Amino acid sequence: MSFYDVFCRYRNSEWEAVLAAVSGADIERALQREFLDFSDFLALLSPEAERYLEPMAQRARELTLRYFGRAIQLYAPIYVSDYCENACLYCSFSARNQRERKRLSLEEVDREAKCIAETGLRHILMLTGESKKMSPVGYLRDCTRVLKRRFSSVAVEVYALSEGDYAELVSEGVDGLTLYQETYDEDLYRIIHPSGRKRDFRFRLEAPERGAAARMRQVNIGALLGLADWRQDVLFVGLHARYLQEQFPDVEIGASVPRLRPFVGSFQGSCRVSDKNMVQIILALRLFIPRLGIALSTREDSRFRDNLIPLGITRMSAGSATSVGGYTKAAGQNEGLPQFEIADSRTIPEIMARLREKGYEPVLNDWIAGL
Amino acid sequence: MRVRINGREEALPDSVTTLQELVRDRGLVPEHIVIEVNLQVIFRDDWPKVSLRDEDRIEIVSFVGGG
Amino acid sequence: MLEDTLEIGGKRIACRLFVGTGKYSSHAVMREVLLAAGADVVTVALRRVDGSVKTENILDYVPQSCTVMINTSGARNAEEAIRIARLARAAGAGNWIKVEVIADSRYLLPDNMETLKATEILVREGFVVFPYMSPDLSMARRMADCGASAVMPLGSPIGTNRGLRTEELVDIMIREISVPIVVDAGLGKPSDACRCMEMGCAAVMVNTAIAVSRNPVEFARAFSMAVKAGRLAWRSGLPEIAGGARASSPLTGFLRDTE
Repeated sequence: MSFYDVFCRYRNSEWEAVLAAVSGADIERALQREFLDFSDFLALLSPEAERYLEPMAQRARELTLRYFGRAIQLYAPIYVSDYCENACLYCSFSARNQRERKRLSLEEVDREAKCIAETGLRHILMLTGESKKMSPVGYLRDCTRVLKRRFSSVAVEVYALSEGDYAELVSEGVDGLTLYQETYDEDLYRIIHPSGRKRDFRFRLEAPERGAAARMRQVNIGALLGLADWRQDVLFVGLHARYLQEQFPDVEIGASVPRLRPFVGSFQGSCRVSDKNMVQIILALRLFIPRLGIALSTREDSRFRDNLIPLGITRMSAGSATSVGGYTKAAGQNEGLPQFEIADSRTIPEIMARLREKGYEPVLNDWIAGL
Repeated sequence: MRVRINGREEALPDSVTTLQELVRDRGLVPEHIVIEVNLQVIFRDDWPKVSLRDEDRIEIVSFVGGG
Repeated sequence: MLEDTLEIGGKRIACRLFVGTGKYSSHAVMREVLLAAGADVVTVALRRVDGSVKTENILDYVPQSCTVMINTSGARNAEEAIRIARLARAAGAGNWIKVEVIADSRYLLPDNMETLKATEILVREGFVVFPYMSPDLSMARRMADCGASAVMPLGSPIGTNRGLRTEELVDIMIREISVPIVVDAGLGKPSDACRCMEMGCAAVMVNTAIAVSRNPVEFARAFSMAVKAGRLAWRSGLPEIAGGARASSPLTGFLRDTE
């Protein structure tokens, strides 16, 4: 059994009709309950719930404070290779985009790492495009080894792997896995992933649980909001997160809420996700799964990010560069093209100061790896 | 011969050589009890067939009220 | 209303009050109690027989319709519990076993680790196993995972009649564990049993409270009614209690400027 079986049970439902049928009473009931079930989650994601954002926010804030306190974990992404064999319609790294590709040598990885570590951050997220040739598991292991010298927590956001490959990474010291399904709409998924290994919907869908089974401490999932109908995608993110939490009670499950941003390519996305929608998504997730980690990347601008913090965010990326080699400012070093445009370009000290102003404690180093 | 019954060392009269004879000797009601010899449960039908030997460990139990 | 039977160990149980048979003044009273309670599941124990004492077979007093669950009480470790289980089965008492392993004579609290060991082995040998345990979520998970038919967390120590002192932990177990939860030990009055059922327990087990009461037969009847009431309440859906305080300033006001 895997999440795919759960997914199949829910996938053909008439979600639009169900969401449209939600009443104020359903939402009020959901707001009263201590433990929400799926129909409560659905109610909170409905168009009707837009009128209840403030009470939802109050409840979400209370839950987040109770379960996470006032600590916000900061991390930085490091792109080590943008070689990619997939041709995803929504991504700058698409194989169809003619551009210079770059893969960092281990020495370059170390130099990037040094830049990031100087800010005080100790949590890093390593990203690559999908290329078994240019960024195979062996390369990922080598990079991990280099990163572990300066960071206490190394997570990866790379192409879907087998359980054995995840176990290899775990043995090297990787403790977190981030993997977005992009969209849970299988038909759309096939369209936006016209070629490459990423085309395999099910293999990707089952990857987070393989990571958990391989003993990752943290597993983060999500959908790229705006590709398909966001309400339906978030419904599945919630289902998926709850499934993972139930199957792997000792793994920290988290969700991210990346919104489609300007990038190199012409794909428009089906659906506009407004700021209000974003708020509703975060609130609904928080209420449905109180212990869910919720991460926010630098896709969102600083003012918006700051306002979202009390609503349930527990992790934020900071001081980010989304291009390969983007941190190293040494003369003559070429950066790759960014994967997406960054909207929050504040430095880490700036972000930390802002968090403190709001009464939150930025955490740069959550735990120390065993000796 | 000497055997252990319910943890206590006892000497058996010469006439008692099988489990069946032991039960009769003690005045026990067969339908109320279960017997184990050397950690093996012996069914009632087999009591006449089981010969006792020196140092055998015998447990005789019955069902009682319990929580 | 649809039939609300408890499916457990391959049987359909109608009465969710399980009754123990110890501490009664006589077997005859015990039998009356079981009939008054309408009990479907009954526990008995195995004890060494002293040849000089006249024996009765307690099973003769248990109504034919009852399913007998053998309690491994007296076992101080897994090995002893397993022996008792095998003895009981060989004696023709069926294969429902309540694993009770206690090495603590002061409070009579169960040893979760030995209980888990016994559970694992007995499940493999084909018994229908009900481990009696101190409420611990990870232990309960392991017991459920290795095939226990239900998990029986204590309400409060055996014989104390202090009620559901472990409510918080039992509540968590009910939410997280997929097998039925049967609270056992320490329930002192019918409202305790009712509370367990309202929370979502599959059943409760009561012995001491009934056996030592002034009128065991009537008390058993009261317990039985309480269990039914609690169960009905749970099935109808309990009202939720609203969460805590509200923050003073609005959290989504910033949205108005942008939309």
